[in-house]
Amino acid sequence: MVDLAPPFAAAVDDAAETPRSRAGIVDFCRRQPLGTVGLVLVLVMAVAGLGAEWIAPYSPTSNDFAAMTEPPSWAHIMGTDQFGRDLFSRIVFGARTAFIVGFSCAIVGGVTGLVLGVASAYFGGRIDLVLQRVLDVVMAFPLIIMALAVIAVFGGGVHNVILAITIPLIPRCARVVRSSALAIREVPYIDAARACGFGHSRIILRHMVPNVLAPFLIMLTAFVGQAILAEASLSYLGLGVQEPTAAWGLMLQGGAEEYASTAPWIAIFPGVAIALTVFGFSLFGDALRDALDPKLRER
Amino acid sequence: MHRYIVNRVVLVIPTLVGAAALVFLLMRLIPGDICAIRLGSGGAMADPRAIAICHAELGLDRSVIVQFLDFAWGFFRLDFGISMWSGKPVAEEIAARLPISLEIAMMATVIAILIAIPLGTISALKQNSWIDHVVRTAAIAGISMPSFWLGIVSILVVLDVTHALFGAPWMPPIDYVPFWQDPLRNLSMVILPALTVGYRYAAVSMRMTRSTMLEVLREDYIRTARAKGLVEKIVINRHALKNALLPVVTLIGIEFAFLISGLVVTEQVFNINGVGRLFVLAVQNQDYTLTQALVMLTVVTFVFVNLAVDLLYAWLDPRIRFG
Repeated sequence: MVDLAPPFAAAVDDAAETPRSRAGIVDFCRRQPLGTVGLVLVLVMAVAGLGAEWIAPYSPTSNDFAAMTEPPSWAHIMGTDQFGRDLFSRIVFGARTAFIVGFSCAIVGGVTGLVLGVASAYFGGRIDLVLQRVLDVVMAFPLIIMALAVIAVFGGGVHNVILAITIPLIPRCARVVRSSALAIREVPYIDAARACGFGHSRIILRHMVPNVLAPFLIMLTAFVGQAILAEASLSYLGLGVQEPTAAWGLMLQGGAEEYASTAPWIAIFPGVAIALTVFGFSLFGDALRDALDPKLRER
Repeated sequence: MHRYIVNRVVLVIPTLVGAAALVFLLMRLIPGDICAIRLGSGGAMADPRAIAICHAELGLDRSVIVQFLDFAWGFFRLDFGISMWSGKPVAEEIAARLPISLEIAMMATVIAILIAIPLGTISALKQNSWIDHVVRTAAIAGISMPSFWLGIVSILVVLDVTHALFGAPWMPPIDYVPFWQDPLRNLSMVILPALTVGYRYAAVSMRMTRSTMLEVLREDYIRTARAKGLVEKIVINRHALKNALLPVVTLIGIEFAFLISGLVVTEQVFNINGVGRLFVLAVQNQDYTLTQALVMLTVVTFVFVNLAVDLLYAWLDPRIRFG
């Protein structure tokens, strides 16, 4: 058997990979229609957030006291709030805030949790015991209470909101990753890697982490949704992003309850935006789990 | 089994000490001074001597280590001290608000169990059918909607529906009356928040039930049970459900433990004077003793609910025996 020279082999692999990956995406869409719907929802919101300056017809912060609490119309398709600000524009710019917070929290919290979880499983013994007790303590705090405390210490604003929401996500990720990594720790190729004299960081990063990526990626999609909900809750309590920044939770804190009976659109549209975005992430995350876990495929 | 329980209780101690240290540290990191807040104007106009007297009264003039040891010792004696803001005993402040939060949490749990387990099971049995899609969509919608928004919308719907039916809008009462004094008034106050929280709770549990049922239904012993000719109902109820319920029980337990003090936004929406709102006020007022007590209440509830859940495992699955 002749071995292909590496560059040629790589080119053959690349050529074979492209149609397979496209076929994989089509296959995913066919097998997971709900997941595809979720992905489309997420992409629509992402595009709205990225292109807010071009999509929004008005500035999200400009008041118009002549048009306060106006119902939906051609001029303002989702109506205006108690300061005359266009709701559609604020929702579009709010998508940007939501995605920045959601992805930042999920990625930072997820990656930190991934490293801690795998390291805890790999080293085991006292390191695992101490780390798990520390994570237990942090996990025992309800997410909103931990976020409250961090905001109280460091103040509001987007960066501190991200910090406040990221901290409770870390132990949750570490726990799940650790349970997957514990199984991988005992497989022969890890022993082989140790026998070859590879360092701890190489074994963890090159041999263990790639094998826990499936549950990690699924958790990441759930974390983005949770982070968006947490940000909305904090903003609703007045502890998150501050006015006049457009944020969905902040829009619900403002006039939603006060004008609930006279201008219900102030409460309805931001909530629908939050729900649809998190809904999209959840659908996609579920579909990803079904696709990646062979035990859950259709009988 | 007794040794297991003792071991678990002993293991709780480092968690409690760690949580106590964390909340103690967090509270002291918050900028500001409760004495300055109490004396008004952020303390800008307050006499430094008055602030010093206040510090001495509250024990804040002692070293941080002494304050922590005093707090920890008080906690183990179940003496939570005096609220630095209101001056009332912390136990009294919490006791006044705990019944309503507990009632809402328990009602939400019952609603969640009644909805989640049957629907999650049916969804698993009919995987990828229209029933499964509907149930999954409802579950995902439940975890996607912010609970405070659901609360606002439910209030709106109740207002509009009652206005349309009876000519006048109806709002739930805002003053709490215990169930045994006036069941109807009590239920009319807690039913909306319980349904709001219960729906989300049910959604999370439903997804877990479906997931675990799907895994269990693929096990060899289920195939064996069917091959033996057992009726499907017996296969599901006697063989599949008990095993599938183990992680669901854990989830329900953990969610309940967090619910007690996690009803922050729900209580805000429905204007309920519960433990969640007390938490927010305590943090905002930098009431160290009250915040510390509330956090420890949550942590203790969490660890002991976990222990109760583990013991329940042994009942659900006789193979599980803790040495």
